[in-house]
Amino acid sequence: MQVGQTDKTSVVEFPVVEPGHTYRSIGEKISNVVLNIHTPLGWVFAFGTGSILLMMYLISVAYLFAYGVGVWGINIPVGWGFAIVTFVWWIGIGHAGTLISAILFLLRQDWRTSINRFAEAMTLFAVVCAGLYPILHLGRPWLFYWLLPYPNTFGLWPQFRSALAWDVFAVSTYGTISAVFWFTGLIPDLAGMRDRAKHPMLKFIFGGLAMGWRGSARHWNNHQKLYLLLAAIATPLVVSVHTVVSFDFAIGQLPGWHTTVFPPYFVAGAVFSGFAMVVTLLIPIRKIYHLEDMITLRHFDVMGKVILTTGLIVAYGYITEAFIGWYGGSQYELFLIKNRFVGPYAPYVFGLIFCNLVAPQLLWFKPLRTNLTVMFILSLVINTGMWLERFMIVIISLTADFLPSSWALFVATPWDWSLLIGSIGLFLVLLFLFVRTLPMISVFEMQELLHKQEHGH
Amino acid sequence: MSAPKSEGPLTFGLMAEFSDPDVLVTKAQQAYDAGYRKMDAYSPFPIHGLAEAIGMKRSWVPYIVLLAAIAGGIGGFLLQYWVSVIAYPINIAGRPLNTWPAFMVVTFETTILSAGVIGFLSMMILNNLPMPYHPVFNVPRFEQASNDKFFLCIMESDPKFDLTETRTFLEGLDPDGVYEVEQDDDNVYK
Repeated sequence: MQVGQTDKTSVVEFPVVEPGHTYRSIGEKISNVVLNIHTPLGWVFAFGTGSILLMMYLISVAYLFAYGVGVWGINIPVGWGFAIVTFVWWIGIGHAGTLISAILFLLRQDWRTSINRFAEAMTLFAVVCAGLYPILHLGRPWLFYWLLPYPNTFGLWPQFRSALAWDVFAVSTYGTISAVFWFTGLIPDLAGMRDRAKHPMLKFIFGGLAMGWRGSARHWNNHQKLYLLLAAIATPLVVSVHTVVSFDFAIGQLPGWHTTVFPPYFVAGAVFSGFAMVVTLLIPIRKIYHLEDMITLRHFDVMGKVILTTGLIVAYGYITEAFIGWYGGSQYELFLIKNRFVGPYAPYVFGLIFCNLVAPQLLWFKPLRTNLTVMFILSLVINTGMWLERFMIVIISLTADFLPSSWALFVATPWDWSLLIGSIGLFLVLLFLFVRTLPMISVFEMQELLHKQEHGH
Repeated sequence: MSAPKSEGPLTFGLMAEFSDPDVLVTKAQQAYDAGYRKMDAYSPFPIHGLAEAIGMKRSWVPYIVLLAAIAGGIGGFLLQYWVSVIAYPINIAGRPLNTWPAFMVVTFETTILSAGVIGFLSMMILNNLPMPYHPVFNVPRFEQASNDKFFLCIMESDPKFDLTETRTFLEGLDPDGVYEVEQDDDNVYK
């Protein structure tokens, strides 16, 4: 069963699946990552690093709960510090997963098949990291359920005209639908794991999770309809989430926030950072588990193009912001633009310009897009840049608003940093647990892809 | 749990094994043309045209998702209307209470949430899942149904079913094997 031959007439140089795979070999290769008793050293290293950082996160959270949000650098006027910067950053990272699994599914992009499961899991865990931040920022996080509309003895209800109430609905819906979409795709593969597992305990666990999936024509009939519809509803959802997050700022009147370009520019930035994160994670995981025949250079080539495209949209957003700041004629907007470039946080802004505008231009060149060292470093640079972007938007705008008498600088405390770095640990731990315990590539979709490639339909 | 009808294990049906997805579609079509109606086909991945070949009707999932989306949207809007106009009206300089443009975001989110969650539940219910036990799992070879083998099962409940005749028919389809699917009790599985 030869597949993935290079099509002479197409521009595609690298196949999505390397030749030589059968239905059986795909299933065995992917499930062996989980069923193999041997844990690769690379996994131990990544999971170990994640665990150490997670400990730091837990200590930071415990300290925060004990002493309150005053342990952070936030104060008036900068009430939204690292918590909101990092919340927006993580939510953005999540976007690539839904984009890959939903939008590219509707567009029938075959290359999405081998990375969609992984990217969806990444989305879920990024949403977990993101969703915790506003709750930690609440001050009294144990009362987070006050955000939801429920009948209570105070007779109080949420203010539905507030962007913050929209945010609660947007992020919780996004998290729920991502989980449903991910699990829907996972059910047939869990049945496959049940059948391939040897140990009775594993058979029991996977059998329970698969809930009796038999792969019957009736099952597939309903399953595939649902999958298509979930992709169709997740597509506007993914666009809406970062739009709503951008409303948190755009609805306000603060210079640097009050901008109509925010929704599209936030969504593009989200996809930009999300794809960068997929690249960061896939390069080592592909190496650790020898998945070079399923996650090929084609994937990195295409992801490089997506990063470049969305990076250019982000660049357009920066230029528009600066142009409107000047063209709008408002002295406050004009001051904000100047304050960014020559103010106290100018190094952050120049760092951002280097990371998000200059560095991604390397992706114009195909040899660099398929050079994994370059891609890996670039993906880290881009995600640093995206964090700096959110820092610029949230914090610089808040430090200097309309009245100079109310200006003040923001200085992050060690607890700000430990929570930020710790949240990466939470993300890594969840992600590597997923890689070790569940099939990270969709087996049935890969088999279906193989079937399509063989029969040309 | 009722008593078995006869001695020994009951038969759920007969199952034929194939090793190619397209062959399965052709053979399933042949079984349908031969007059069998109560049957199912099993494959590790979705095969285009298989459900149609065994006379399966269109899935109900899209209609349920549509209704759920409409209900979620209306429900989400009414929630906000009720909260902002009836339960907790806030008069800010005489501005209207039913500020519907501001309610659109949450209306959209509840539409999606309801469609996705109810869609998932409808898929599970229509597929009779979760179902921890099913007679087809009694066939040892059936483990390969999630790997690289393709099965066609004609059920005992089919009016045309006859243990010997159906077996001969299935063997005539040139399968890799024909197995009898045993059933521990006479509960009706679909």
